[in-house]
Amino acid sequence: MSTQIPKQTDESSDTDAEAEAPSKGDERRDEKRRRAAEDRARRQAEEAEKAAADEETVELKVFRYDPEIEGKQEPRFDTFHVPFTKGMTVLDALMYSRDTYDSSLTFRHSCRQAVCGSDAMFVNGGQKLACKTQISDLEEPIRVEPLPHAEVRKDLVVDLEHFYDQMEAVEPYFQTNEYPDGELEEQRQTRENREKIKMSTRCIWCSACMSSCNIAAGDNEYLGPAAINKAYRFAMDEREGEDMKQKRLEIIEQEHGVWRCQTQFSCTEVCPKDIPLTEHIQELKREAVKNNLKFW
Amino acid sequence: MHEHDVIVVGAGGAGLRAAIAAQEAGADVAIVSKLHPVRSHTGAAEGGINAALRDADSWQDHAYDTMKGSDYLGDAPAVEALCQESPEEVIQLEHWGMPFSREDDGRVSQRPFGGLSFPRTTYAGAETGHQMLHTMYEQVVKRGITVYDEWHVMELAVTDEEDPADRTCHGVVAYDIQSGEISGFRAENGVILATGGMGQVFDHTTNAVANTGDGVAMAYRAGVPMEDMEFIQFHPTTLPSTGVLISEGVRGEGGILYNKEGERFMFEHGYANNDGELASRDVVSRAELTEVNEGRGIEDEYVHLDMRHLGEERILDRLENILHLAEDFEGADGLTEPMPVKPGQHYAMGGIETNEFGETAIGGLYAAGECACASVHGANRLGGNALPELIVFGKRAGRHAAGEEMGEAEITTGKAGDWEPADYEFEVEVGEAGGQGPAAADGGAVATDPDGVLEAEVERAKARVEELLSRKGRNHAEIRSRVQQTMTDNVNVFREEGRLEETLGDLREAREAYKDVAVSDPSRTFNTDLIHTMETRNILDIAEALTMGALARKEFRGAHWRKEHQERKDGEWLKHTLVSWNDGEPELWYKPTILEGEDKTYEPKSRSY
Repeated sequence: MSTQIPKQTDESSDTDAEAEAPSKGDERRDEKRRRAAEDRARRQAEEAEKAAADEETVELKVFRYDPEIEGKQEPRFDTFHVPFTKGMTVLDALMYSRDTYDSSLTFRHSCRQAVCGSDAMFVNGGQKLACKTQISDLEEPIRVEPLPHAEVRKDLVVDLEHFYDQMEAVEPYFQTNEYPDGELEEQRQTRENREKIKMSTRCIWCSACMSSCNIAAGDNEYLGPAAINKAYRFAMDEREGEDMKQKRLEIIEQEHGVWRCQTQFSCTEVCPKDIPLTEHIQELKREAVKNNLKFW
Repeated sequence: MHEHDVIVVGAGGAGLRAAIAAQEAGADVAIVSKLHPVRSHTGAAEGGINAALRDADSWQDHAYDTMKGSDYLGDAPAVEALCQESPEEVIQLEHWGMPFSREDDGRVSQRPFGGLSFPRTTYAGAETGHQMLHTMYEQVVKRGITVYDEWHVMELAVTDEEDPADRTCHGVVAYDIQSGEISGFRAENGVILATGGMGQVFDHTTNAVANTGDGVAMAYRAGVPMEDMEFIQFHPTTLPSTGVLISEGVRGEGGILYNKEGERFMFEHGYANNDGELASRDVVSRAELTEVNEGRGIEDEYVHLDMRHLGEERILDRLENILHLAEDFEGADGLTEPMPVKPGQHYAMGGIETNEFGETAIGGLYAAGECACASVHGANRLGGNALPELIVFGKRAGRHAAGEEMGEAEITTGKAGDWEPADYEFEVEVGEAGGQGPAAADGGAVATDPDGVLEAEVERAKARVEELLSRKGRNHAEIRSRVQQTMTDNVNVFREEGRLEETLGDLREAREAYKDVAVSDPSRTFNTDLIHTMETRNILDIAEALTMGALARKEFRGAHWRKEHQERKDGEWLKHTLVSWNDGEPELWYKPTILEGEDKTYEPKSRSY
């Protein structure tokens, strides 16, 4: 797997700045960039020294890239030494590194409890949610990289537009032709049916599955595990009714739909919410066959 | 510049519901949010949504419970609106496909929650917020509503008349986190703030890192008062090491709290002889900390929450998510051992002052959800009442902003109704102290035509960002952490006058330090250092107003406990605290609580559980 860096174009901001007379702000920023680079080098040298003297630290090697900052346009790895505390997660270590050593270290994070899906990363060669990955479970030095198969925006932040497009391509919203007559009356759903769709509704859109999928890497139009799972969530929901299920199956059995899946189980392995993604995809294939929707 | 009829800031439960309602009412609506919608912290809500759905229950009972829970600081017109409209909103969610937990007959399940006289909390396992957030985002996708995600709203574009009541909001200025572009978003009809909580004012919180109270602070600086900020809910069951929430649903299903001696202290030490673990949240939080302070805590820090007796089947059916959280974030197996818990900051009862339609004192500016204060929760929020607030008041604000006729509001905003100044001298100077650059001004823009106001605000925002990026100075992280520490140490469950005064002093120092703040990452691409630095300003303004309110309120009501004042004083304090920015010289004042409902008056009674 490779990390994709967007190619530099001639319209990069640096080129623009050269073409025109540099403004005061640009000069100040350039000056600041130089200073920041010096500061960083000095701090890291100090920390490395300190860390060598102290065994209770963990070593992180973190991928760094910024399309507009000199010295970061070529991807590199920075090393951070973080004092270890019991229960420390990869996210904790990254936040410590950012707040203590380098405030430009960039990663998405919000809830800290594995429900917002912001902080999926490539940790020691696997897709993980940083907030629920314990440092004590990892071998050192811990390599932290952005999700493979997505374009890197900066450091550990990747572009998720393609992922969101695929999620939204499966008509990811409840549809039915029939609602109960009574005012304030809910649709009935059996406990068994709710149980059947339960796991599929747990998806937090972290995109770890998409990043792990070789098929998605080779076929940019493949819906991918998360979007197919979203389709499963509705197709299997008895409240939508049989007509709608047929329509759902037509969406997922298209050329870049379920049939692309080669059951490698990599999505299922990396899913932080333990959703049986591969099984869901297989079940939709069976349903499509049952409904004579196979595409060949 | 982007132009829409209605701009919604924030994409959690309240923002999404507001956007859907505005769109249904015919408006061209757009959502601007610093996070992609599905990352919003509504997704972390666990327990449920209170709604009087069944024949044996009634909205009147729900309203009574809510008023009592609020310790009579809720405003009846808002409380009654919540309770009347929650059932139809829950059914609406179900019709949008939300996967609620079910009974054998296929109907939506309800469970008991603290402070409720009927088991009226609807839920989807222990992940109700996640299901609600995703269900509503699905509707936003279906309707093709425009979402500007990862755009951080910096300030509101508000005219600068002297009296805030004469001002009008014409839009917002936002910073594109991906590219660094600063742009104006013009709102023809209205701006709805739905920015959620402010838990990052504290150190130990269930709130997300993004919950920095941005909407509250920017409305405050534009002239809208903050209301009842001293009322902060500390949730009794958060994991000690991270602050991750363990749902009240655990106690709702029968979970029991024990101290170090193995005593069921809620009963054995008489904190709540009737309701025990299911007393109101403020009561349980104080009970736990009292146990710890009196030496009966485990490791001198926490108590145990035991759910083993519920059995594996019931736990897996209704509380499965709790097992994962306890395992992943505390290494505890809820099936075989009790879980360690302690109180943590969870919810702000106060917020942007609004009426029951979400309108603020400034024309064209609305607020809904946790960032707003109508007030539905008064001095203490009941579990299961936050999610219905999001949908009921999100919808109301959306419809009103889109121009629907909704009648006359009973709740007044600003100084339009009765009000009185505070009689309190702060020993420490509060407010601006010499100015903090252009972004700090009140209202601010000189122009009065809508586009001009927005343009001027965009220019000021650009200058502010340029300044932060180009100068040398302090990193914000140290300032933020100092604020969080002093707030957690001193403005916590137990509050004492001397320590509150000390906190104002600490905040004064933090404000001074913030004057020299700078962003060392010069990049325009995804500069989170810059975003966090701007957020820290919001944290400072909120922490200060909160502490001012806490110092001045010399009584014990709901979540606000004062060592020197151990009684609720209805004669003097049946009133809302308001803090106005007032051009950088914060002004503290009060307005009466409205206890008169549709058919009855809620007479304050002693609050025992």
